[in-house]
Amino acid sequence: MASLGKTDSASDSALGYSTLESGVGNVILTSADALLGWSRGQSLWAFPMGTACCAMELIAASFSKFDFDRLGVFPRQGPRHTDVMIVAGTITEKMKPVVIRLYEQMAEPKWVIAMGNCAISGGIFYYDTYSVVRGVDQFLPVDVYIAGCPPRPESLQDGIVQLRNLVRAESVSPGVRYRRRTEIPLRTAPAPTTPAPAEPASAAPASAPSKDPA
Amino acid sequence: MPDQEFNQELVVNVGPQHPSTHGVGRILLNLDGDIVRKAELIIGHLHRGIEKMAENRTYLQVVPLTDRLDYVGSMYANWAYCRAVEKAAAIDVPERAEYLRVIVCEMQRIASHMMSVGSSGADSGAFTVFVYAFDLRERIVELFEQLCGARLTYSYVRPGGVAFDAPDGWADAVLAEMRKLPTGLEELDKLLFGNVIARGRLKGVGIMSTEQAIAWGATGPVARGSGVALDIRRQDAYSVYPRIGFDVVVGDNGDAYDRARCRLLECFESVRIIEQAITQMPEGPILTDGIPRLIAPPKGDAYARIESARGTLGVYTVSDGGAKPYRVHFRSPAFCNVSLISRLAPSHVLSDLGVILGSLDPVFGEVDR
Ligand code: SF4
Repeated sequence: MASLGKTDSASDSALGYSTLESGVGNVILTSADALLGWSRGQSLWAFPMGTACCAMELIAASFSKFDFDRLGVFPRQGPRHTDVMIVAGTITEKMKPVVIRLYEQMAEPKWVIAMGNCAISGGIFYYDTYSVVRGVDQFLPVDVYIAGCPPRPESLQDGIVQLRNLVRAESVSPGVRYRRRTEIPLRTAPAPTTPAPAEPASAAPASAPSKDPA
Repeated sequence: MPDQEFNQELVVNVGPQHPSTHGVGRILLNLDGDIVRKAELIIGHLHRGIEKMAENRTYLQVVPLTDRLDYVGSMYANWAYCRAVEKAAAIDVPERAEYLRVIVCEMQRIASHMMSVGSSGADSGAFTVFVYAFDLRERIVELFEQLCGARLTYSYVRPGGVAFDAPDGWADAVLAEMRKLPTGLEELDKLLFGNVIARGRLKGVGIMSTEQAIAWGATGPVARGSGVALDIRRQDAYSVYPRIGFDVVVGDNGDAYDRARCRLLECFESVRIIEQAITQMPEGPILTDGIPRLIAPPKGDAYARIESARGTLGVYTVSDGGAKPYRVHFRSPAFCNVSLISRLAPSHVLSDLGVILGSLDPVFGEVDR
């Protein structure tokens, strides 16, 4: 526990502990929530859902010059090993069922980062195209949005730092502090015959066929 | 009866999200034990309708879309598209702009080949190579950032020239980098192609003969690895390439090793080209004067092709006389090359599939468009 006391003062508030200086040594008081949040946020293994151009910056962020490892982020190709899905790139209607399936394969607790304008809203492909999903938040609960086309590797790393703060704010006891929804929004929507009003008509039919709870 | 069951082929799905598919390609395999009997490539997971979108944009607005095709080498699609528009609208390009285009495209070739060679290493179990290669790529990307402010999606080449002139000291920075680069490339050569494990994984895998390469329409390093000396920079010398001396690298065996090594050796040629181009580059304007914002080529069509890092990249535009193209089509080398996987993969073991696919160097943005 001594190493906890060495963290810089900026992260003290996020950790939620207080140190008591006495003649004998450091005593650390903390709550289960703060300890759990701290340890979860410290090492977020990433599932690189790289589909298009942004994936290049995702690779750049994990290699020598920018070095993701120093943030504890370690890209793993298996969804079951990972905590955070980084959606980097355009998601098309054909790709959407695959992304949903991979998200479902990740173990709880899990988070999603939408990297790049395509993942946020369709970006440059918002207008005049028939095949692009206008943002992953139409079918996944997104925690952090990173703008850019593509975002610089530094912005991606800043997104990870922001996600870390969100993770630390989460609580194990229900209803006490910030708690995010992890269920997939569209899955709770009615059958494809009645498309939800808020989304483009093309998005609804393609989302449902993949896996209706049978 | 049990014998028959035992001999059944197993259908295995690889992708679309798989580390060895280099993007969102999907391959359906029929396996007989560990041996691939049939490989069917399923594409379209990144189909964004860029060709259709181009019909609703003005000629200038299409340039950013071309960035997103081959995102490992954005400059090529920029240039190929702009050449087609210049041909259709009879726009001249200043000499300095042509030199700048050659310089950035050869730099892009190094950057793109580094990605490909690095991932060949990663596919064959030499991940260190990937890290080293990406470091070399990163240096080129930084020079691009100094030139046009973007790391990946440049939109640098515009109809009639280029977007920005080289900032002060940029040419010297490029020259200094090009002097350092061969050392790094040689190191990479030893690290990957001198490594006995990587050689064992790459040699004799996915062999394509010279006749097959021609018959199947392979271009770029995939064709040159099989001994076809096909290089548009030589055969249909465009821009200022006739004034520049360089060699066309060809392989002998047409296996994954030769294709990957061709790419690495081409980087040395690119260094030569860049050094010559920078010394020859004249002063002057970088964009032809008087190009309207709404370019409206006369009725007709135009086709232009260049040698991209993946092969012959052709762009075909049709104009109906209006300010928007009637049709834009990209002849994408990645699409033509990656479709060879169903010919090359059968009778190899499953673990060679990634190596063969990596040696074809697909970029799915360009395959699916
Ligand atoms: S946001 Fe831009 S760079 Fe990223 S995938 Fe979309 S088009 Fe490519």
